[in-house]
Amino acid sequence: MNAPLPDFSLARPQSADEAVAQRLAAPAARYLAGGTDLVVNMRRGLVDADLLIDLSGIDELATLSANESGLTIGAGVTLAALAADPALKTYPAIVQAANAVAGPGHRAAATLGGNLCLDTRCLYYNQSEWWRRSNDYCLKYKGDVCHVAPTGDKCRAAFSGDLAPALLVHDAEIEIAGPDGRRRLPLTELYRDDGAAYLALTPEELLVAVHLPAGSRHSAYEKVRLRGAIDFPLAGVAVAVTDDDPTPRLKVAVTGTNSRPFLIEGLDDLDAGQLGEAELVLIDKAVQKQVSPVRTTMVAGHYRRLAAARLARRLAAGLASA
Amino acid sequence: MKRIIRLKLNGRDREDAVSDNALLIDYLRETAAATSVKQGCDGGECGACTVLIDGQARPACITLAATCDGRAVETVEGLARDGRLSALQRAFHERLGVQCGFCTPGMIMAAEGLLRDNARPDEAAIRQALAGNLCRCTGYVKIIEAVQAAAEAQS
Repeated sequence: MNAPLPDFSLARPQSADEAVAQRLAAPAARYLAGGTDLVVNMRRGLVDADLLIDLSGIDELATLSANESGLTIGAGVTLAALAADPALKTYPAIVQAANAVAGPGHRAAATLGGNLCLDTRCLYYNQSEWWRRSNDYCLKYKGDVCHVAPTGDKCRAAFSGDLAPALLVHDAEIEIAGPDGRRRLPLTELYRDDGAAYLALTPEELLVAVHLPAGSRHSAYEKVRLRGAIDFPLAGVAVAVTDDDPTPRLKVAVTGTNSRPFLIEGLDDLDAGQLGEAELVLIDKAVQKQVSPVRTTMVAGHYRRLAAARLARRLAAGLASA
Repeated sequence: MKRIIRLKLNGRDREDAVSDNALLIDYLRETAAATSVKQGCDGGECGACTVLIDGQARPACITLAATCDGRAVETVEGLARDGRLSALQRAFHERLGVQCGFCTPGMIMAAEGLLRDNARPDEAAIRQALAGNLCRCTGYVKIIEAVQAAAEAQS
């Protein structure tokens, strides 16, 4: 039921600056990384683009390097390469998240930057053109109404990348290339809580790298999904224990439940070295309160809320006893 | 727009004109006559179109042909030598890893990619490597046994 790909040209720039210049000159262009999501969405008529700018020839984007301040991971590093790199051993949640994406064939193509910029997903959006047309389209694309929350004026499509929460609990920063040069910002500032405009980037801006601070941190990532592979998270949770002295702190981040991935607030006073039942209940309650899953999947929002909370609790308890 | 791509398909150099928007699966089936590459879900979810690109298993239905310029692409057509099935193909046949056969070329290429990296994979490694390939007939047990048998036969 998928349509042929629309007619577009392919550009293959050699540098990030060249890619940005090509994007500036072509208002209806899109950046193409691994293509595991974009190409599928184009087949479904969800993307209007007359030019795809293939980022796979840019050496800077494919480079992963370590120095005393931490790791710099090019946005074009594939998820398979990321999961296998020995430099990531001290960031276990990131390896687990990379290995939890789709299937091995996708991970060989899909990139870190692509996963961070992954389009938000919804039952009413990730459908074929004829399906959406027969349903009068939706607020995210071509339509006027959000079928999930018809009385609202905001798209509720869920951000469903697995890597973002794992990077958030490791204090990742991102580097952006744009027409005015480079800028660096905390990963949390990449996202907005709006399913139709979920990235806080201008169209020309290109995510070129992720920076991770040095230091070892116990962490873990787990997701709930319908089947054991080739599936997006119904809810995904990353937890890390910081090495703050004398009191290690807990960081919890979620994906799949809202239009953006985010860090759970209100856990700063917890001593991650002293997690008892009361603290685990507090974590559970904080997640339940802050996530807002709605009917963007076949699985009810209420279930995903509870699942996210229990994942957070289980991962925190596991790290505390490790 | 069209462009010339040069790639190695099953060990042979090829040079073809492809549209910028041509998918690898369509190039392989329509231009290169490699019809073992099956179109299943047509959306990157079932693995029936799995081929090896520079030795890595990848779904051909979500890969642009133009991005394979300069690369080595392999399909099931390249496995048999002098009319004899490879050890992996033979194992799928003898261990009943094939029923309707539609997922088989993709399964075999995913398994081929695995065995080149890991000559003696355990069951968990096989399940992991084939996690992107769906089969509606076998229940996977016979497929896993076939890959194990091929690994033993090759070592």
